[in-house]
Amino acid sequence: MASHSTPLIETQKIAKSYGSVAALNGVSLKVHAGEVLCLLGDNGAGKSTLIGTLAGVHRPTSGKLLVEGREVVFNSPRDALNAGIATVYQDLSMVPLMSVARNFFMGREPVKRWGPVSYMDMKFAERVTMEQMHAIGIDLRDPQQAVGTLSGGERQCVAIARAVYFGAKVLILDEPTSALGVAQTSMVLNYISKVRARGLGVIFVTHNVRHAFAVGNHFTVLDLGRTVGSFPKGQVSIDTLQSLMAGGKELQDLSQELGGTV
Amino acid sequence: MTPPTIPAPASSAAKPRRGDDRLRKASPFVALTRRPELGAVGGLILVIVFFASIANKAMFSLAGVMNFMAPSAQLGILAIGAALLMIGGEFDLSLGSMVAFAGFTLSLAVVVWKLPLGVALLLTFAVAVGIGGINAQITLRTGLPSFIVTLAFLFILRGLTLVGLKWASGGLTQLRGVKEAAAGSALLPIFSGNAFQGLFRWMAARGWIDSFPNGTPKVEGVPVEILWCAGLTLLVTWILLRTRFGNWIFAAGGDAKGARNSGVPVGRVKTALFIGTALCATLVAVLTVLDMGSTDARRGTQKEFEAIIAAVIGGCLLTGGYGSAIGAFIGAVIFNMVSIGLAYTGIDQDFYLVFLGGMLLVAVIFNNVVRRRVTGER
Repeated sequence: MASHSTPLIETQKIAKSYGSVAALNGVSLKVHAGEVLCLLGDNGAGKSTLIGTLAGVHRPTSGKLLVEGREVVFNSPRDALNAGIATVYQDLSMVPLMSVARNFFMGREPVKRWGPVSYMDMKFAERVTMEQMHAIGIDLRDPQQAVGTLSGGERQCVAIARAVYFGAKVLILDEPTSALGVAQTSMVLNYISKVRARGLGVIFVTHNVRHAFAVGNHFTVLDLGRTVGSFPKGQVSIDTLQSLMAGGKELQDLSQELGGTV
Repeated sequence: MTPPTIPAPASSAAKPRRGDDRLRKASPFVALTRRPELGAVGGLILVIVFFASIANKAMFSLAGVMNFMAPSAQLGILAIGAALLMIGGEFDLSLGSMVAFAGFTLSLAVVVWKLPLGVALLLTFAVAVGIGGINAQITLRTGLPSFIVTLAFLFILRGLTLVGLKWASGGLTQLRGVKEAAAGSALLPIFSGNAFQGLFRWMAARGWIDSFPNGTPKVEGVPVEILWCAGLTLLVTWILLRTRFGNWIFAAGGDAKGARNSGVPVGRVKTALFIGTALCATLVAVLTVLDMGSTDARRGTQKEFEAIIAAVIGGCLLTGGYGSAIGAFIGAVIFNMVSIGLAYTGIDQDFYLVFLGGMLLVAVIFNNVVRRRVTGER
């Protein structure tokens, strides 16, 4: 896949330490347009710190961050957003009590003016929301329906659709499938592959190798803040990734004990 | 090619699960039940039916209606401020003390400093902006619950009012003579007295409303606070439902972290809401001081609780992110119909406290049910 082109986003030996603790210790990765990079790692591997660095939440201690080949420094999440890097966090940044339309445009409300008075263009917001939801296959009753009534998978898809609608070039998805059932997970994975097909770069953070395998083009495994493996699709097996994530043989042993169910 | 062997028609397989109730079309009725003030409207109907069937007919005469609508409007203004702040996820317990403090500020400026009414009003509202801002900044910077911060200001403002009034009046906790000092000001009829007096005289002359033997109507007009409250209800409802700032209020109260991540300036929104609440308290202070011509250090006592109760009866969630201005106003009307209406019945008036407590409890339980339905929590 288009590996000869300029990556949408690239990190070179990014490191981040908190006092004497190194949360990230020189991680390099590249994401091209139309590619899903799966960032795998167990809890505490440094995934969240890496996301925070890419999303502009905190600045790296050392290393370079490049967007479309140019070096950038993000001082705030707003900077990252303006550079086209949108992060969908686990809490989705949605308010369950508010309607889908109001959530979709939260913080970026369409405004109309009438003399000195400005007001929210609810008609536009509702029409766009219905169109977008229809496009991703969520059958909304009406745009005033509260987000709280959607299923977990639907909410995840709304959050992704919102980022795409507002012009994201790179999507960072933080554990989008971790709390979902089987049907919901396949809905979200399906949507991720649709987003990829539209030419966006996706960084899919997960600790579920099977979910990663379903949509990933490239797999990077983190452990203790380092890259312990980086493979294009087809050059690595689920089992190898699984054992890399677990930091050794133990999980495989356990897996055999449990009859290969882990 | 053989004909399809799958027995089910293809269309039904392609469609999402139709039995799922999330996919039903929303009827206007469903849209109506989604409004936060639904419970309050039901409560209002119940209360009206109750009093219409057992109370003296005088309660629902024009004079009787004005009798409970005037205090309802005053409480309504406070309740709308409290409701907005509550939707934004915060409380202001200093609301009642702010009424007294603003009354003191206005009287001081008019009676002691002899400022023109317009200047005195500007000063009073400016002080309110300052106090609302202080409440907001302490709450936001310390991360303490606004409940505690504004509880402190409940005492601080009440104490300052007492001390200030004694200093200004030479030992009393009242200050009189505001009306005399402000006499002739063009601003006076905006904040005191009755509106539409000509219309009421005209209606009395035609015999449409009751009048005294000399021809003057028994009800001279609509008390101005009712117009202020109605205007405020419309304005705040529009802000909540039709402006970007309204969207930010719901977002800040529904989930401050999510709102912040989406680019909503939560701190600025909450600061504006604290200031708005203080301004509502000040408006009520101005209306009462100019109407009665005096101020008293006890003005507004317990109004913070009454305002919160009215907001909750009106459908506001104590946890924020949900509620309405119309609901808060209806809550205030229910509150005053019950407390004043009992005088028109044979029931001991002190029962109103029992009614009130019961209504608050029912409202909170009902709101919780609504919340669960809206958010799909189980």
